[in-house]
Amino acid sequence: MGNKTMTTSIMPPARLLELDNVQVHFPMREGLVKAVNGVSYHVDKGEVLGIVGESGSGKSITARAIMRLLPKRAVDAGGQILFRPRTGEEFELSQLSRNSRAIRQVRGHHIGMIFQEPMTALSPVHTIGTQIMRTIQLHMGLGRAAARERAIDLLAKVQLPRPKELVDAYPHQLSGGMRQRAMIALAISCDPSLLIADEPTTALDVTTEAQILDLLKSLQSELGMAIIFITHNFGVVADIADRVSVMYLGRIVETASVDDIFYAPKHPYTQALLRSIPRLGVDQGRRLPTIPGMVPDPFSVPSGCAFNPRCSHAITGLCEVQDPPEKRFNGQMSRCHIADRFAQELAHV
Amino acid sequence: MIAFIIRRALLAIPTLIFISFISFVIIQLPPGDYITAYAAELRHQGEYITEAQEAAMRAQYGLNDPMVIQYWRWISNIIFHGDFGYSLQWNAPVSSLIWDRLAITLAISTLSLVFTWIIAIPVGVYSATRQYSVLDYVFTVFGFLGKGVPDFLLALILMWVSFVYLNLNVGGLFSPQFQSAPWSVAKVIDLLQHIWIPLVVLATGGAAGLIRVMRANMLDELGKPYVETAYAQGLSEGRVVWGYPVRVALNPFISTVGWALPALFSGDIITAVVLNLPTTGPLLLQALKMQDMYLAGSFILVLSVFTVIGTLISDVLLAWFDPRIRYA
Repeated sequence: MGNKTMTTSIMPPARLLELDNVQVHFPMREGLVKAVNGVSYHVDKGEVLGIVGESGSGKSITARAIMRLLPKRAVDAGGQILFRPRTGEEFELSQLSRNSRAIRQVRGHHIGMIFQEPMTALSPVHTIGTQIMRTIQLHMGLGRAAARERAIDLLAKVQLPRPKELVDAYPHQLSGGMRQRAMIALAISCDPSLLIADEPTTALDVTTEAQILDLLKSLQSELGMAIIFITHNFGVVADIADRVSVMYLGRIVETASVDDIFYAPKHPYTQALLRSIPRLGVDQGRRLPTIPGMVPDPFSVPSGCAFNPRCSHAITGLCEVQDPPEKRFNGQMSRCHIADRFAQELAHV
Repeated sequence: MIAFIIRRALLAIPTLIFISFISFVIIQLPPGDYITAYAAELRHQGEYITEAQEAAMRAQYGLNDPMVIQYWRWISNIIFHGDFGYSLQWNAPVSSLIWDRLAITLAISTLSLVFTWIIAIPVGVYSATRQYSVLDYVFTVFGFLGKGVPDFLLALILMWVSFVYLNLNVGGLFSPQFQSAPWSVAKVIDLLQHIWIPLVVLATGGAAGLIRVMRANMLDELGKPYVETAYAQGLSEGRVVWGYPVRVALNPFISTVGWALPALFSGDIITAVVLNLPTTGPLLLQALKMQDMYLAGSFILVLSVFTVIGTLISDVLLAWFDPRIRYA
């Protein structure tokens, strides 16, 4: 399979990545789990897209569908993923198989990825330098010495102290924060156009988290790469993202600029999530509102709007019957039957 | 690293002293001694020696001295003169009995270990990366068969097949005409015709178990995040699998190389007896039965030296192979 390079592009020039109705299913003995059930989003060049959702909402699986690194029992059930890195070629990632040569050129070269667990995401038996050098030598065609130089530069770039010594260090000799910096150095080693960060700060303490976020922001502006930042933490999203997509049960329920998500949310799920964030000095002594009910069993997703059994605005006879359409308000998208009502309410305020 | 090796080597000395003493004592623990066993064997053959003759022999061999003195006489000769003593049963110096056999044992063992790994590692890796595939099931069935069939039975079957159908001279390592002939091309060819049976027998038994170990280790490692990281760098499947999880999954193999060494010397006695191999196992068994204490004690001492050396080799290899051990 050669490069899936297309001459005619259907993506706007600023577009880096576009997902259209991506579906990933897991056939299980108990039934079919639609882990990603028609996800569409796009990332423009140099922007940071935050993806927020609970565990099991399908945010990580969507990222792995982009990388074509789905678990072996997952079934790619359709949808289109287009990707056009800085170099200008266009890849139809959804057409590439897991082990194809074309996707291996994209991985690590055009798309870098950072994982949640810095403790286990690096090989325990290779030095940091060796792991970075392998990627550099694979994609950039540099010799050993040049690759080593670049690895040291990268470690300096992610603000690790004494990069000349740490290049020969093993992961277990570093702290969690340092490992995540090394992981970032590995992910950006070939100047990718897109960095996928899958909950990169979840396993870190708050101080380290803030440092890593600062680092990612400064690298993003320095290298001009786009970032897909996956998290379940709204505070982190507010800090780093330009736009935010909220996922629930394998679907994007709302996408908006970071300001609109926080100040004009148009989906009851987003609203409920925001209400359940503790705020300093507000509502002291009152119980924090929670979303009633549980995340439904993935084998029996509610019909209609998947959020309807837990939604305080649900309209009987509509929400549990009809799939809500995507409603758009100046670049904001909400998958809710009554999104217009929220828009009007906000307009009156 | 050098300090680590020296420290380990020094620690081995008291261990060896302790083992040599204990083994010497244990060999002497059963009631009676070599003379008792010798007299019993003579009686069995219809001959007879008097009490006085027995007492004279005991005095001659120094068997009446306290055990500590006997031990000291034995161990000091080994340390200061390299003399392992005299086998009472064989009426020959122990060294002349054991070194030839040790060399042959070492050769057979090393070869079978190499074959075991050559079979077990690729098959284990394949079984893990293609879990539940047809070939995985085939390997699993053969693995359990190989593990379940006793080595000596396999040895008997192979001997029968090669004798009846292949018309080969079986048993031992050489045909009679080459037994004491000097080394020549013909003798090497003769050796190769004989050595494949013990190699196949020992390698199947070992490989069957190791395939399961390798498969289980690999399945553990393949699910770890660093493997996904390696894929995310754009490395091909082969480079990911052999470069990362296999490296980690081999650690248990490396740490058991040391045990393989002594096990190879003593563990395959039944196979060696069945195949009539001139290895150490049958000789040790005989020496223990006859309470031939200098021979048996020397064997056990050599075995324990190998155990200690093997463990040391394992530790050094593992430290070299796995940085988490080295810097711990």
